[in-house]
Amino acid sequence: MVTYIIRRLIAAVLMLVIVSIATFSIFFVIPRAAGVTASDFANRYVGVKGATAETVKATAEKLGFYDPLVVQYGRWVKGIVAGSEFDTGVDVEHCPAPCFGYSFITKQPVWPDLLDRLPVTLSLAVGASVIWLVTGVATGVLSALRRGSIFDRGAMTVALAGVSLPIFFTGIVSLVFFSYKFGITAPGGSYTPITENPAEWAYDLILPWITLAFLLSAAYARLTRAGMLETMSEDYIRTARAKGLREPRVIVKHGLRAALTPIVTIFGLDLGLLLGGAILTETTFSLNGIGKYGVHAIAVGDLPQILGVTTVATFFVVFANLAVDLLYAVVDPRVRLG
Amino acid sequence: MTDEHFLDVKDLRIHFPTDDGLVKSVDGLSFHLERGKTLGIVGESGSGKSVTSLGILGLHKGGHAKISGEIWLDGEELVSASLDHVRSLRGKKMAMIFQDPLSSMHPYYSVGDQIVEAYRVHNKVTKQVARKHAIDMLDRVGIPQPERRFDSYPHEFSGGMRQRAMIAMALVNNPDLLIADEPTTALDVTVQAQILDLMRDLQRDFNAALIIITHDLGVVAELSDDILVMYGGKAIEYGTGADIFERPEHPYTWGLLGSMPRLDREPTERLLPIKGSPPSLINVPSGCAFHPRCAFEPRTHGKGKSEVPELIESEGGHLVRCHLTRDERRAIWETEIKPNLEATL
Ligand SMILES: Nc1ncnc2c1ncn2[C@@H]1O[C@H](COP(=O)(O)OP(=O)(O)OP(=O)(O)O)[C@@H](O)[C@H]1O
Ligand code: SF4
Ligand SMILES: [Mg+2]
Repeated sequence: MVTYIIRRLIAAVLMLVIVSIATFSIFFVIPRAAGVTASDFANRYVGVKGATAETVKATAEKLGFYDPLVVQYGRWVKGIVAGSEFDTGVDVEHCPAPCFGYSFITKQPVWPDLLDRLPVTLSLAVGASVIWLVTGVATGVLSALRRGSIFDRGAMTVALAGVSLPIFFTGIVSLVFFSYKFGITAPGGSYTPITENPAEWAYDLILPWITLAFLLSAAYARLTRAGMLETMSEDYIRTARAKGLREPRVIVKHGLRAALTPIVTIFGLDLGLLLGGAILTETTFSLNGIGKYGVHAIAVGDLPQILGVTTVATFFVVFANLAVDLLYAVVDPRVRLG
Repeated sequence: MTDEHFLDVKDLRIHFPTDDGLVKSVDGLSFHLERGKTLGIVGESGSGKSVTSLGILGLHKGGHAKISGEIWLDGEELVSASLDHVRSLRGKKMAMIFQDPLSSMHPYYSVGDQIVEAYRVHNKVTKQVARKHAIDMLDRVGIPQPERRFDSYPHEFSGGMRQRAMIAMALVNNPDLLIADEPTTALDVTVQAQILDLMRDLQRDFNAALIIITHDLGVVAELSDDILVMYGGKAIEYGTGADIFERPEHPYTWGLLGSMPRLDREPTERLLPIKGSPPSLINVPSGCAFHPRCAFEPRTHGKGKSEVPELIESEGGHLVRCHLTRDERRAIWETEIKPNLEATL
């Protein structure tokens, strides 16, 4: 078990390295192979139009674009692990680990930016996940138990809509109606930290939560329904009833428990994915989370920011994978980790 | 009169409406059983044995099955009783052992926890008390090192051990009626004998009424006081073990005796394999449901094809459902069947 976890952790770190190399390559190696020079590159980050060749050269030098790529990559990794020194020209600034470097454009360190936005993304993902898990699983269970009923058919139709409607559509429609027309929810862009005012926090986020949860709970309802239909016809359900257990206990402790394994798996992965930034939801509701930050970084080509976001996102996905695998062994005793 | 027998099933009918038609899985079945006695219910696959046993436990209640008739258990009628009342009797007054212990136990809970759960449904005791009781039961059914095995999961047990654990779970509340539905079918031959021995011992200790369901007459040969032979949801012969083994009167029972698997006999040497396949329960054959497969049908002068035979008493409580007269049946048994059966012994 311990060796298993260690092995998985090593694999997780490797994964992070691979993803960062891939990101590095996409933004450095590929353009360079296509003939973009270091100066062309630096030109984008000088900040002024029609800069002289010297200024461009100075910028490229300062950003280290003339160094071999391996050196640039190594510098980036070293910053994360050990922190780094940054020469502003006036004096030397220390950037403590984990240092994801400084934005090429705003010249601000990336890590504090990420830390600023993480609570937004976290709030969105965790709040929505509670809603979608509860509603999705409950709907799925009820649908399975009343298979073919009006409830089942209605729920599955709504679920189909939920799976197929894009979030920017449902998000904008709900914003228009609930926030702007009826005024019962907060307008787009509202966010209050939970530490400041928990009630306000929840009020501001309830619409994005529900919109995001609707999309995902639909999938969970379908998954739960399918799982429950299967487990409720198993022999051990008959045994549970033959023991004299009450039906709710048979359904939850025996039926749902066995149907939960795939749900736990998907849930971990979905949550991990969202923690790396709910791009569409954050954009639709103008929430300054990791996702929106990343989109902006890509739009302006700010490599340190892009690398920062992808690394954080990869970390969450890899970590969620590990958590799911461990949880899997807890949920299903037949799974042996070795 | 109704509480004369400990278990008294009267004219039980369990029908399932399906898209293809009404499935008459159990169609007018009657039998009875006393405490401490064993009834064997024998029949081919699909004859309605499991549906009958699940029906006694009320496990078809609340579903789409149509149930009629009476099931008297210790003076209480169960067909008309509320679902919740029947549920409260399940596991406590009547318990069941299923065919495949691997699929019948929950894969995610330890064997011990599942027994504890069965005990605590009906006994308001702490987990510790229940655990001790469960370990005692595991010990009683012959599971070595029961304290250690308590925390094992079903997949960590061998087939025989799992079935022992199932038996422990069924007996944990000291039920008055125990139904074992093909308890040994999923096990190897040697383990089968051990499980049957165990069940016999436990039945004596617990003084429970025991119903053993099987498609193999050999399983019930030594165990049963009475035997009920089912065909197409109906009883076709019902009597004591001696009636069925020494003076069987129904052609289908003769077939079962002939096809009894024996260790010392090759399956190909079976004397009277029952030809054909079990009857449809939706379009039951006209007349005697067994007539398409019965070698003696011509001797009934067409009645086998047109008239449904009644289950009538042959002698001393021995019931047979066949148009042949008692004398005809006895003569066939003595002269045509028995000598052939004995020739292969
Ligand atoms: N819920 C149900 N709905 C419809 N038909 C059913 C249902 N349960 C059982 N049946 C049918 O009833 C018939 C009798 O089934 P049953 O399980 O009692 O047979 P069995 O004698 O136990 O056979 P086996 O030896 O295979 O266990 C079968 O044809 C089966 O298809
Ligand atoms: S009634 Fe006729 S067909 Fe049916 S078992 Fe008797 S002899 Fe055979
Ligand atoms: Mg059966």
